[in-house]
Amino acid sequence: MAQTIADHSVPTVRKRAPQLPWPLNLYQTAIGKKYAMALTGIGLLGFVVVHMIGNLHLYEGPTEVHEYAEALRDLGGHLVPRTGVLWVLRLGLIAMFATHIHAAYSLSRMSHKADKSYVGKRDFVAANFASRTMRWTGPIVLLYVLFHLADLTWGWLNDDWYAGDPYNNVYVSLSALPIAIIYIVANVALAVHIFHGAWSMFQTLGINNPKYNGMRKGFARGIAGLILIGNLSFPLAVQGGLIDIDNHTPGSYAIDTEENG
Amino acid sequence: MSKTLNLKLKIWRQSGPHAQGAFLEVDANDIPEDASFLEMLDIVNERLIADDVEPITFGHDCREGICGTCGVMINGQAHGPEKATTTCQLHMRKFNDGDQIVVEPWKATSFPVLKDLMVDRRAFDRIVEAGGYISAPTGTAPDANEIPIPKEVADSSMDAAACIGCGACVAACPNSAAQLFTSAKLHHLNVLPQGQPERWRRTEAMVETMEDFFGSCTNHGECHEACPKEISLDFIAFMNRDYVRAKITNRSLASQ
Ligand code: SF4
Ligand code: FES
Repeated sequence: MAQTIADHSVPTVRKRAPQLPWPLNLYQTAIGKKYAMALTGIGLLGFVVVHMIGNLHLYEGPTEVHEYAEALRDLGGHLVPRTGVLWVLRLGLIAMFATHIHAAYSLSRMSHKADKSYVGKRDFVAANFASRTMRWTGPIVLLYVLFHLADLTWGWLNDDWYAGDPYNNVYVSLSALPIAIIYIVANVALAVHIFHGAWSMFQTLGINNPKYNGMRKGFARGIAGLILIGNLSFPLAVQGGLIDIDNHTPGSYAIDTEENG
Repeated sequence: MSKTLNLKLKIWRQSGPHAQGAFLEVDANDIPEDASFLEMLDIVNERLIADDVEPITFGHDCREGICGTCGVMINGQAHGPEKATTTCQLHMRKFNDGDQIVVEPWKATSFPVLKDLMVDRRAFDRIVEAGGYISAPTGTAPDANEIPIPKEVADSSMDAAACIGCGACVAACPNSAAQLFTSAKLHHLNVLPQGQPERWRRTEAMVETMEDFFGSCTNHGECHEACPKEISLDFIAFMNRDYVRAKITNRSLASQ
């Protein structure tokens, strides 16, 4: 008689859903989601860099910051309604942020299902602090972004906030030590997140060639360092008195919100 | 007689796939330095048998680092501390007298423990079944070197083909992702002319089967460090690229 061997089927971690039409079927797969994370990561990284560089106007003075803010609202010149281009950029940013978060969340769940932890201590060789804390630094950055918007865009947290006077608003916010500390901690988390993300995206997108592979880690280090130094300099400069409002009347550029759009 | 070691072992014991496991603490005294890790376990097992205790089950076959059957977590590292070495090729001289050694089986949802240190790795078979083959007409064997292949391509294919399917990459991965194994199995066929006809279908099928069983890669790089064959992370990048190309362009219609 033939011997029957009980076939315990191999446990799976997901059930396959029916394929959606292209290109959504790509996003149904883990590698597709990782592509989405890498591409939105590039967009978000670009924003962080531009935002940091724009903020350097703080060192020039209130007038220059005001002009910079106005220039952003006037992007596109007379071809588009005022703040039109800015809103397109904002919506794009929100969409990228949402995609990045959704993909990260579902991939983490997938890994969580696939992983069983060891009882003994693990000894990691390659995984570093940055790569192992992506799922911590990510949520920290999300909370920070919400806090940052409430603080400086919507002015919910400060009585001395004036619409249309970013120089003053940055100053009053960062001159409070607890707030400055929040900014410092959050930006360290952001830089750590970028350090792993900026290397990881090359690998995910399959950008791999012995000719320039050596530069990928250097790029990640450079860009994370640049953002760290730039962004930490603002709270430190306010706390250290390098940025002040001695020659500036708070709210003097303030525009009423209707005109501001 | 070579030098001997006295070791304190903490070994995972689990009577079956659904049983609760626990560490067994056992002293392994007078272990010759020249024994391999598996030979050390053999010695321990003989003593257990003499004491009427059931011996520890572990996977092994070739004992020369080529079959991929062995493999356990040793002190939190897959295949132990030695780089590019399988458990069977790891020698006890790499440990010090008096060391405590913690031994656990691979752990991942799709690598269920069968018994003690032995796990079920059929999830890997499913991935290979999905596309790890080429189609070749049978009949007279073709002449060697009939198809010209650049040396670099042949080398790259051979590097990938070195994967022995041991599962250390999954075991070492904090996400339990099988990217290194799958990418190696894809690459050794995908770069060769013989692998082209099925290339895009193969990539899609193997990647999607992998995703049924394993987690999502976050590019830690632990797999490469654990891999006894030092399979390169570059293959993962190739796999990612091929997968999206396969998905986007429907290239199976035009082969390359
Ligand atoms: S890639 Fe390396 S670690 Fe993974 S199964 Fe193959 S030989 Fe083992
Ligand atoms: S027993 Fe074959 S690789 Fe270790």
